[in-house]
Amino acid sequence: MDAFAEEFLNWEVMVKYFPDIVAGLWVTMGLALMVIVTGLILGLVLAVIRAFQINPINLFIIAFVDIFRSLPPLVIIILLYFSIPMFGLNWSGFICSWIALSLVLASFVEEIYWAGITSVHKGQWEAARSTGLSFFETLIYVVLPQVIRMTIPPLTNRTIVIAKNTALASVVAVQEMLTVAQTSLAYAANSSPLTLAALGYLLMFLPLVILSRYIESRFAWKR
Amino acid sequence: MSNSPLLEVVDLRKSFATLEVLKGVDFTVLPQELVFIIGPSGSGKSTMLRCCNLLEKPTAGSVLFKGQEISKPDVDIDTIRQHIGMVFQSFNLYPHMTALQNITLALRKVKKVPTSEAQDRAMSALEQVGLAEKHDSYPNQLSGGQQQRVAIARSIAMEPDVMLFDEPTSALDPELVGGVLNVMHKLRNDGMTMIVVSHEMRFAQEAADRVLFVDGGLIVEQNTPEEIFNNPQHQRTREFLSRVSDH
Repeated sequence: MDAFAEEFLNWEVMVKYFPDIVAGLWVTMGLALMVIVTGLILGLVLAVIRAFQINPINLFIIAFVDIFRSLPPLVIIILLYFSIPMFGLNWSGFICSWIALSLVLASFVEEIYWAGITSVHKGQWEAARSTGLSFFETLIYVVLPQVIRMTIPPLTNRTIVIAKNTALASVVAVQEMLTVAQTSLAYAANSSPLTLAALGYLLMFLPLVILSRYIESRFAWKR
Repeated sequence: MSNSPLLEVVDLRKSFATLEVLKGVDFTVLPQELVFIIGPSGSGKSTMLRCCNLLEKPTAGSVLFKGQEISKPDVDIDTIRQHIGMVFQSFNLYPHMTALQNITLALRKVKKVPTSEAQDRAMSALEQVGLAEKHDSYPNQLSGGQQQRVAIARSIAMEPDVMLFDEPTSALDPELVGGVLNVMHKLRNDGMTMIVVSHEMRFAQEAADRVLFVDGGLIVEQNTPEEIFNNPQHQRTREFLSRVSDH
């Protein structure tokens, strides 16, 4: 037990590397928030476009969504990071991770919204259209508000999963929390910075998990 | 009261894949008329009604509203539909909105009525159906009969020229049917033009100007309710009426 405490709960090491870990935490949090916002919005936009049922566009969306749901996020991050200079672009690991994870989240989110849209009863469309609302107005005012309420549990779930994948950005040299923890671990020859990082992740994602519970119960409504 | 028809259906045909549901239907509806459509299930009567506001696109034939052919592809159907109310068998209220919001949505977005005026108009529509005190209730807090009356209010608040009723009482418990029929009676007395698909034969006898009997995708006969119910001309009409009156 002493050996474990020495290796993982070393107070001196923790104090020494605490500022670095906190700096990493901000990067992780920033990246996660950017991925969540971009992914949720892009996913919604794709689902709305798909609702118009324009054939070539739909095929493109389906292909995009299926590919990005199949590929491991790590592979996408690495591919993007190492291929982008060949297009004359000089994107940082942070930008590449943000884009890659946003696309992955958007793909899952699109599928969740789309499943929601198709599960709204046909009568809702007919009632709204019969009063003179256009297809788009019906989608915005009648269908999507129901879809969003109904899809909150899978959406929050998936959002948390992808947001945690920000740790993958460590492979492309982003100074996020896991990267910092690993560097500190190497310098200190001690694993305690990793414990700090684990606490940091809990601090960040546990409130998100609890918040999602709250949102789920707040917006659930009986039919 | 003008005598030019409000709605005119000419040689209307509708097929779903290979199934021909409507095989050439003609009828007209005059202003302030109540036209009642009866027929066995699967006869095409609902499809006929749904073609009147193009919820169902006719395969052939035409639908004219106030003399304008609205079944042409270049017609802006959203503009026409605000003048044609529709009430559905399953109410189809928006579950995330209160009764009042259900009614104001189209007033605000389609008719561009300012919010406060839309709310006033919605309240008076709710008063007409006797549910003013339920304006803040969500659909799941209302009985089926109340939901249907809110759905009727949603329709009449738009001040349509004609209202289509697609089996408005079929999904209701028997004790709730009366409330909905009362509202329809009142509308009729206020001079609303109505096309009603329903099995409420008593209502047809009391309120209809004309009854159409539909079977096999065709109008078999049409006449005043007295003639249809007491003196049907066709064998199929007689058979249908005797089966219905058994219940």
